[in-house]
Amino acid sequence: MAITKVFGTETEFGISMRGVAEFNPVIGSSLLVNGYAAVHLPPVNWDFEDEHPEKDARGYLPFAMAPEVETTLANVVLTNGARFYVDHAHPEYSTPECVTLQDLVTHDTAGTLILQRAMAAAEALMPEEREFLVHKNNSDGKGNSYGCHENYLMAREVPFRRIAEVLIPFFVTRQVFAGSGKVGSEHGAPEVAYQISQRADFFEEEIGLETTLKRPIINTRDESHADPERFRRLHVIVGDANMCEMPTYLKVGTTALILDLIEDDFIDKDLAIESPVAAMQIVSHDITCKTLLRRPDGSTVTPVQVQWEYLELARKWAEGQVPDPEREKLMSEWERILTQLEIDPLGLGEDLDWVAKYKMLEGYKDRHGIGWSDPKMRLIDLQYHDLRPERGLYFKLLSQGRVARLTSPDAVEEAVRHPPENTRAYFRGRCIERFAGSIAAANWDSMVFDLGEDPLRRVPMMDPLRGTKTHVGDLIDSCDSAAELLDEIAS
Amino acid sequence: MSEGIQKRKKSSKQEETSSESEDRSVDARSELKEDIDELLDEIDEVLEENAEEFVRNYIQKGGE
Repeated sequence: MAITKVFGTETEFGISMRGVAEFNPVIGSSLLVNGYAAVHLPPVNWDFEDEHPEKDARGYLPFAMAPEVETTLANVVLTNGARFYVDHAHPEYSTPECVTLQDLVTHDTAGTLILQRAMAAAEALMPEEREFLVHKNNSDGKGNSYGCHENYLMAREVPFRRIAEVLIPFFVTRQVFAGSGKVGSEHGAPEVAYQISQRADFFEEEIGLETTLKRPIINTRDESHADPERFRRLHVIVGDANMCEMPTYLKVGTTALILDLIEDDFIDKDLAIESPVAAMQIVSHDITCKTLLRRPDGSTVTPVQVQWEYLELARKWAEGQVPDPEREKLMSEWERILTQLEIDPLGLGEDLDWVAKYKMLEGYKDRHGIGWSDPKMRLIDLQYHDLRPERGLYFKLLSQGRVARLTSPDAVEEAVRHPPENTRAYFRGRCIERFAGSIAAANWDSMVFDLGEDPLRRVPMMDPLRGTKTHVGDLIDSCDSAAELLDEIAS
Repeated sequence: MSEGIQKRKKSSKQEETSSESEDRSVDARSELKEDIDELLDEIDEVLEENAEEFVRNYIQKGGE
């Protein structure tokens, strides 16, 4: 049975600084997180007790070294239930758990605003000539990549092999709307002027635990951050960080929908394509979206045709479900985008990052009579993702009304401060807002309270759909202290 | 979705184009060019000065 999908995004931002000879990105990222926390937050630390990024969904420990968790770097929990921290050498923002696409997109955009405020807060503490440059992108164009991961709560009982089988062709082809676009290629990929995805050049395996080298299309990291008997949390590393809201909406929405079909064992046809790792690049490197992919039976399909097959299955499945306006809206947007991709992808400049960026580059190239290899082309690519509102080229498109917004500025502002109301993020965020002084640490699936006496009190949150406003809103509002809240919860 | 997708802002120029003009396609094309010119002007204004140096120095550590 398909369970309610709880999802989130985890974005690593590119970071550099103007005005220093040697920039240390770890220290720079810490300055951002701590700078933001000092200005905007009550201090609450992250609790690493339940972090196990080495756990493998296939049920065994692989030979490869487990990913390292750095427990000493800046790491805070926000009043909106999100996590803002330093991962490796990047600042990372993980949205709170969401169940509606509107919440997810709003909280993803709130992450951008939080980074912008972090830059301002940290720069206020530095000499004037220093300036942070933060990019919501996934590569430096020189073979170094960092991720924008997605996570989805799933029923544990579904065999992982089945999830991988269905998702591989889906992930190989969803780039056509989810990609953020990139000038050139890297990491040993064939040369190309412009490609659809930031990340496609970096994938080398079909399935695996790694995220930093030999990246797999299907990542097997198995940290449920919930009751592991009931849930798994699918960790998706194949996507690009998006500036536009439509690609985020579509990639998370369609992926969650396909996971529903997998849980219901609804997909009765073989959707496999041959050599999916090679196909990732082939799809990304063809901006006409018409390249032919081979099926094991020898037939060929375009990436868009593969997406149509998933959409048709989803529609058929939805006929047997309780009608859901959000799902209907998603499927009609998915259909609109696929239809236009078949007519002319360049007609989607208001919706998709890779098209918006491509049209900007084409226009600039024509005006100045330069070629694709001109450094200005790479610069425009980079600056599209620049988070400085006055310099970032995406923000130019936005301010001129050239790209679609799915959120209102007021809703984003609200999401910077307040959690979604219908997941456990509500309990986490509200507790931090009200009782920060009594919280020793917080995590995805627990909160640890320090009431000034031994022992510390841990409140487990093993079900992501509990701790919602309906469950605990009145309770949190009515308690004057953390001690009172814990007494009420225990009674 | 609680908020639906907001209407894209159209410039008043674009709206005028859809009126009576006989050779609309020519008009539309020059509108389009004029339209993107506005954007390109702004890009020229905000683009980092030394593209080659900026791009060369943009190096990130791998992540994830």
